[in-house]
Amino acid sequence: MTREEVENGRDDMLIDGCEAEQRLGNAVPDGFNVNYLKVYYGKLFPHGDIFKWMSYGNDGKHPACDQSYFGRREFSFTLDNDIYLRFQSFNSVSELENSIKEKCPFKIDIGPVYSVEPAKRNAYTPDKVIPVERELVFDIDITDYDDVRYCCSGADVCLDCWPLMTVAIKVIDTALRDDFGFNHILWVYSGRRGVHCWVCDGKARRLTDEQRAAIADYFRLYKGNENNNKKVSLVGHALHPFLIRSYTEVLRYFFEEKLLCSQKIFSTEERFEKILEMIPDESITSELRGKWQENRRSSISKDDINVVRWEQLKHMLQSKKQKAQGLRMCVEEIVFSYSYPRLDMEVSKRMNHLLKAPFCVHPKTGRVCVPIDPNCCEEFDPTTVPTLSKLLEELNMGGLRADVDNEWDRTSLGKSVRFFRSSFLQPLLKSCKEEMESSYNSKLQQSKNSLSW
Amino acid sequence: MEIIGPHRRAPAADVVVLTLPLYRSAPPLEVTLEDFELFALDRLRVLKGISDGLSRGKKPEEMEKLVSELWKANMRHPQASEEVNKDIISHFVLRLVYCRTEDLRKWFLSMETTLFRYRFRLQGHEVQRALMAEFDLSYKAVSNAEFESVKDKLVQVARSMNHQPLPSASDTFFKVPFEEVPELVAGRRVFIHKGHAYVAMNQVVSLVVTQFRSNLSKALILTNRKWTSTIREPEKDRLTPIVEALCTSYLGPDYSQPREFGEITIKEIDQVAKSSFPLCMQHLYEKLKEDHHLKHGGRMQLGLFLKGVGLKLDDALAFWKAEFSQKVGSERFDKEYAYSIRHNYGKEGKRTDYTPYSCQKVISSTPGVGDNHGCPYRHFSEENLRAALGKLGVSYRAVEEVMDKVRNRHYQLACSLTFEAVHGSSCDAGINHPNQYFSDSQKILQSKNNSTG
Repeated sequence: MTREEVENGRDDMLIDGCEAEQRLGNAVPDGFNVNYLKVYYGKLFPHGDIFKWMSYGNDGKHPACDQSYFGRREFSFTLDNDIYLRFQSFNSVSELENSIKEKCPFKIDIGPVYSVEPAKRNAYTPDKVIPVERELVFDIDITDYDDVRYCCSGADVCLDCWPLMTVAIKVIDTALRDDFGFNHILWVYSGRRGVHCWVCDGKARRLTDEQRAAIADYFRLYKGNENNNKKVSLVGHALHPFLIRSYTEVLRYFFEEKLLCSQKIFSTEERFEKILEMIPDESITSELRGKWQENRRSSISKDDINVVRWEQLKHMLQSKKQKAQGLRMCVEEIVFSYSYPRLDMEVSKRMNHLLKAPFCVHPKTGRVCVPIDPNCCEEFDPTTVPTLSKLLEELNMGGLRADVDNEWDRTSLGKSVRFFRSSFLQPLLKSCKEEMESSYNSKLQQSKNSLSW
Repeated sequence: MEIIGPHRRAPAADVVVLTLPLYRSAPPLEVTLEDFELFALDRLRVLKGISDGLSRGKKPEEMEKLVSELWKANMRHPQASEEVNKDIISHFVLRLVYCRTEDLRKWFLSMETTLFRYRFRLQGHEVQRALMAEFDLSYKAVSNAEFESVKDKLVQVARSMNHQPLPSASDTFFKVPFEEVPELVAGRRVFIHKGHAYVAMNQVVSLVVTQFRSNLSKALILTNRKWTSTIREPEKDRLTPIVEALCTSYLGPDYSQPREFGEITIKEIDQVAKSSFPLCMQHLYEKLKEDHHLKHGGRMQLGLFLKGVGLKLDDALAFWKAEFSQKVGSERFDKEYAYSIRHNYGKEGKRTDYTPYSCQKVISSTPGVGDNHGCPYRHFSEENLRAALGKLGVSYRAVEEVMDKVRNRHYQLACSLTFEAVHGSSCDAGINHPNQYFSDSQKILQSKNNSTG
């Protein structure tokens, strides 16, 4: 509650600031304000890395480089007081850096690469200003799981519900690599309640809207809305190989080993009724209901009640499977309903959707949007990511130094920037270079051939 | 001349192209002005029939039959040899007719593509292979060794779709970049591995249709340019009147401007909502009154409908503000929501005067968590739909009839039945548009008032 007040009240913030000066030592009070953010953009934000990334090798000297590439990318800034600056574009890393430092945006969004510089779009007729490239992006927000998590709701997250995001990363990341053949994938914590995914392969950046929508639909399983209880419907006699793999390799484990107990999915009547609703067989549901209502009175079992009830349900459905058609996929449907990723479809479907840049600071939490390593995403803990105030504290600890380039290196942001470079940026730029070289050579070959004719 | 006898010989490639043209260039044929118009009208009957079939949610097998019947009924020519010419001429005339605005192009593209899809499906495998070659889609069939290595997955995919025959070694599969079969990817109807989709022979229609659609889409833009720059003026006494008249008869009325009943005011909304809103809008309206909030999809669907009903911009702003400010405060309403309402009325951004959603658009939307938009007949669970119909006062028997249509996915017919039950009079034209529901309802109520008053 007090945090909420601090965020909303400008005056409180000032008082906070005074207190900070009075305090001895390096402690920096929690919170988020323009002054903190100025220091962050001045000393810590990796402007150069963002520029390198968004250039995709076009900032080099190779004759195939498209020098206009970075300048045609849309950036958009959200300033203090919700002032929204769209269609910003920059022609160099210093232009980008200076503008960020000067405007000190609370949020930086990245849009598509247009056919012309977005900042000069008014000089063209609208049909000449079209998005030509854009990373394939995904946005997963834990608020979309509110009907299947009981620990938190809305914007809150905790370690009990965060595994839902871990599941999403694992399922989507594997499919993007193994099914679609993409390699350059960046996962980022959104700063509060979810994760973002950037697929950056050349092939991904050039997808049409229709192809993006097709990929998003490939992932879409959750069909629930406010007026339909059936959240997931698995029709047919079997599952698609992608769903089978997701189920056997990720969902079943996370549902049974984590969510079942951490979310206490069967613990109260209201909760187990929600699951019984998904079983289309009166005799089974009434038998289970009877057991569980009785069991509530005389529960001496040492085992977790959620595990016990889940095993009972599975046993009963499996033993009656042959009799009723509709029960074939029931166990799977329940697991999918409670754990399968729920994407914000619109963000992925269209090229011109904006998405928040990595390494922004979330104004409500003060947390930095750091990359997440999909190979060990189980270990990611949203409650311990570097916060603005913690970073400033770490900077203070080092005392005043002559301006060095890598100040982030001696803060807890260092790990994130190093990961971003070594696991994402370097391999990406290497393959950009290769792609550029091979397309250049084949063009050269072509022009040679046409000359010889 | 080709004689079609009972024993058809295996068609060779050149014959094939004659029976299902790809319409790649305008024919060097002479046409009388009379045929110019008559052929076009015949083809329009086919396309209109397809449009009706689609909006009734007909299944692929039903569509196949429908297309074949429509074609036989309208596109035959007394001289068999002229049939192909009629096909080609009528297509190119309608290209002229439907190239002139975005909406016209969209409709034509969608109907012609559907027509092509089902005509292609009716061809034999050899013909289909020949057509693929015509489109430069000469993919090599997957080798036996490769087939064996992925057979398990292909079987899983086939089993996950009802009615798909299980693949065997003698079946032909093509390995194509997933980008070329978006609709198969979206429906998870193919196995995808490392960026390649394994497409069965009976699925190549998707591959060909994607190509057909993209060619036609580009061609329509070019035709439009040519029409405005070099045809319209010189032909203003001859072709232009025919071309401009042809499209109007079949697209259905435009509901972006309220007509018959002029304006309504805020005070009247409550009453007409109860008497004349279709269920989809009534539901949104009630949710808005209840929660003082609607998510984006709901705001669009209801907002544009109200515009079509005759709510003026100022009234619309007042109406939405009255509700939203109770939840988010009037300041946030002005800042975050007012823009999009003005946008809908063409006062912001691209300044397009947006048209209210048709049934087809509402039915094909995909409401997610927290969403209340969409078509109740399609998106509500059976239980919720029954409850909603009960609240409208629809009798038990009528509810059963509605549910029967819903089960067969005839959502618009279900809505028509509801209309008849609520108004006690027939609805022969069927419901194609929420605003049509509204105006038909108002007509009936007014004539009742006149007869009693």
